[in-house]
Amino acid sequence: MKRSISVTVNGAKWTGDVEPRTLLVYFLRDTLGLTGTHVGCDTSSCGACTVLLDGQSVKSCTLLAVQADGESVTTIEGIGDAEHLHPVQTAFWEEHGLQCGYCTPGMIVSACDLLQRNPDPSEAEIREALSGNLCRCTGYQNIVKAVQHAAAAMRAPKMERERVGAPAD
Amino acid sequence: MAFTSMMGARVTRREDPRLITGRSTYVDDVKLVGTTYAAFVRSPFAHAKITRIDVSAAKASPGVLAAFTADDMRNVGDVPTAPQIEGLKVPKHPPLARGRVAYAGEPVVAVIAETPAAARDAADLVEVEYEELPAVVDLERAVAGAPYVHDEFGTNIAFTMEINGGDTESAFKNAAVTVSERLLNQRLAPVSIEPRGMVAHWEPGPQHLTLWSSTQIPHLLRTQMAVALGIPEHRVRSIAPEVGGGFGSKLDVYAEEIVAAFASRALDRPVKYVETRSESFMATVHGRDQIDLVEIAADRDGRISGLKVKILANLGAYHQLLTPAIPTLTALMVPGAYDIKNVAVTLHGLFTTEVPTDAYRGAGRPEATYLIERAIDLLAAKLGMDPAEVRRRNLIKKEQFPYASAVGLTYDTGDYHAAFEKALQLAGYDALRKEQEHGRSEGRLLGIGLSSYVEVCGMGPSSALPAPGWGSATVRMEPTGRVTVMTGASPHGQGEETTFAQMVSDRLGVPIDDVVVLHGDSAIVQYGIGTFGSRSTAVDGAALYRALDTVREKAMKIAAHQMEANVGDLEFKNGKIAVKGNPEKAMSIGEVAFAAFRGLNLPPDVEPGLEATRRFEPPNFVYPFGTHVCVVEIERATGAVKVLKYVAVDDCGNIINPMIVEGQIHGGIAQGLSQALYEEIVYDENGQLTNGSLLQYAVPHAGQLPMYELDRTVTPTDVNPMGIKGVGEAGTIGATPAVVNAVVDALAPFGIVNMDMPCKPERVWRVMSGHDGETNEKAAKS
Repeated sequence: MKRSISVTVNGAKWTGDVEPRTLLVYFLRDTLGLTGTHVGCDTSSCGACTVLLDGQSVKSCTLLAVQADGESVTTIEGIGDAEHLHPVQTAFWEEHGLQCGYCTPGMIVSACDLLQRNPDPSEAEIREALSGNLCRCTGYQNIVKAVQHAAAAMRAPKMERERVGAPAD
Repeated sequence: MAFTSMMGARVTRREDPRLITGRSTYVDDVKLVGTTYAAFVRSPFAHAKITRIDVSAAKASPGVLAAFTADDMRNVGDVPTAPQIEGLKVPKHPPLARGRVAYAGEPVVAVIAETPAAARDAADLVEVEYEELPAVVDLERAVAGAPYVHDEFGTNIAFTMEINGGDTESAFKNAAVTVSERLLNQRLAPVSIEPRGMVAHWEPGPQHLTLWSSTQIPHLLRTQMAVALGIPEHRVRSIAPEVGGGFGSKLDVYAEEIVAAFASRALDRPVKYVETRSESFMATVHGRDQIDLVEIAADRDGRISGLKVKILANLGAYHQLLTPAIPTLTALMVPGAYDIKNVAVTLHGLFTTEVPTDAYRGAGRPEATYLIERAIDLLAAKLGMDPAEVRRRNLIKKEQFPYASAVGLTYDTGDYHAAFEKALQLAGYDALRKEQEHGRSEGRLLGIGLSSYVEVCGMGPSSALPAPGWGSATVRMEPTGRVTVMTGASPHGQGEETTFAQMVSDRLGVPIDDVVVLHGDSAIVQYGIGTFGSRSTAVDGAALYRALDTVREKAMKIAAHQMEANVGDLEFKNGKIAVKGNPEKAMSIGEVAFAAFRGLNLPPDVEPGLEATRRFEPPNFVYPFGTHVCVVEIERATGAVKVLKYVAVDDCGNIINPMIVEGQIHGGIAQGLSQALYEEIVYDENGQLTNGSLLQYAVPHAGQLPMYELDRTVTPTDVNPMGIKGVGEAGTIGATPAVVNAVVDALAPFGIVNMDMPCKPERVWRVMSGHDGETNEKAAKS
């Protein structure tokens, strides 16, 4: 018995029917074709499927699609594209924060979630915030550096504005 | 080799834009019209006879197209294995179990349906009756005799290998000191974050199979699929799309790949299968799993005269592609970085009722390094010497290279002492020892661990491998001056799209953005052996180097003709082929490429086009080396191990991109450290996997790993024209014993000289408590 839901994904509203047992991650991947969100486990352990739900990071394998009814979802595709990279994406690139790339979308989404809550996290806070995302390639060092790099880059314009006395947004 | 600004530069990766934006295509992202989905019924028992299979209810389930058993696949070949070891016993290994199962998780029935859910639901309706047989999980019992995994062999010993170099018996007879220990090298799961997956697409019109697979070896997979399924090889195309990590576990040909292709041909529909993480734990190859008995003989000054090693290697139930070959690499590397003239090794490869082991990052060499590095520390403890000094006295000296090891390998180049001293200096070793002494007086449990490794990689000479070992590359200049490279490597995170483009930019003088590196598709790329054994740059990179040479030579000929000059009067400089002393008279490689394409005004003996395919057969392996220093502190109350410092000085010869090399070492150390502290696969006495999920199997998260301090020495190899060794596995190989040596060193006040991995808090606490009592507690504090 399908259920009708309405959900805004990466800014675009989608309305339609889904199976009640469909997990949010499969709705995103199979129904919407947003395959940047990955599946790496079956116990909500790896974090490869992390997306933002109303701005907060969630593991999209832990939610049903029907639970996103009326909410907004941001996937890695909505964080930024090649022409408009988000500072976190740029930082992962510049700091070599990825190798095989499979955990990367979830890792970037989790980092975005952290930096909007805490614009200047310590190394320990970064490691803690990313503890729900497993990476098997990097040993995490360059991921931590990428998040520090992104944090500095995202703070910089504001400091620049403060320096010149421009009004904060 | 010329070092322009490109070589040795920290060029950011050209792979990354698609990966950081979620715009890449992994196997599970491949969507074909009419795709069907496979689900597997797997054995719940470690060892059993199959007495009845009933698929009728599954077949009647909604959306189900077929349910296949071994009976349906009589004409399909076995899951292949490559090693040709003398006397090796090779059990039958049908893709779906035929009459019996030999590990829990072995595929028995494949259900194909219109949706993954329909397939999974129907798989639960399949009825299989089993008659249980005894499990075989204990290596020391398995080697002793019955029960057998494969009754037809009358033994669990799949093969025995003996290596004797020098006169070990005399060395032990005349030794002033000997030490011996039984070391466990526990079973690990590789856990690439992308599980295994595949899409098989049989097209009945052209009679053609395309297989997308998360594989490290697309061409070898294609050959093996053709053989197993009886499809002419030129009608099989194998594609490794974006692959989310492998670490050796995807250096294989799996039952599910054969079944998916068989099913696609039977149904004339695409068939997709992506394993769940739980299935991955039970049915994707594991790594390590040895019991190593090591004995070392030395004089009173700590100079080692002899080494005896007995290896019991757990092969699991069947031979996957390289299963029996992995522990032979252990046998060949037991002397490590030390000048030991007398070495005797006995290796038994043993069948058990567990999922097969095969390559996992390091593949046989981590076990060798672990046993020799632990043995060195045991010797130091027995002699009351500093373990650093024991290493210093036994490391092979620079002037001994090329070094013929007692077990028959020839180490190419090295300066082991240089890397060793650099690591000690970087770590501040002497100060650390003082800090430790002071800390101990305050009751702190500080430990310092060393590991000086050498490893064998750049797999490798074809004559020394169970598969071909050469590399291949094509360089094609397009009419517009762009460069297309096709490499026989199949990178899945290692970054060759970038490092190989750096090589092209360096050698042809084109901007790196004008280069694209293609890989992983048998319809596009000439035969390639794939990415494993830290081989891609040392072997396929060397083939690329040769192909670039060939292109340069032809370009010079064409340019000479076009500019009416002699080839000898030209030079290739700053991206131009110019007449020496007359830089105005010059052509770019792009202009030469267009001339070669247009086919006008070419020298009479030169064919149109500017393209070369070359191969490189390495004359030897390459031998990276280095020294790792780990400092830990143990919390007395909990047994928790905290890594305070991790220093690694590695030498992988010349380097194309230090950023990528450091990334490989970081990840390598993480996996080696994780074996030391966190990970172990545990089968119970019935052969049941007890921790087959990411909730139970401890893949470390960011909070459980330290920062790594890296430095390097550079000792080029003479095995390939670039002087490059491998780096993919070195970190893993070096790390594990450094960490365990540190933990054991921290526990020295308790009189402890050895403990088994992983050194997880509970185990460390028990070890401390077992030797505890008030006396030791006081001793630790005094």
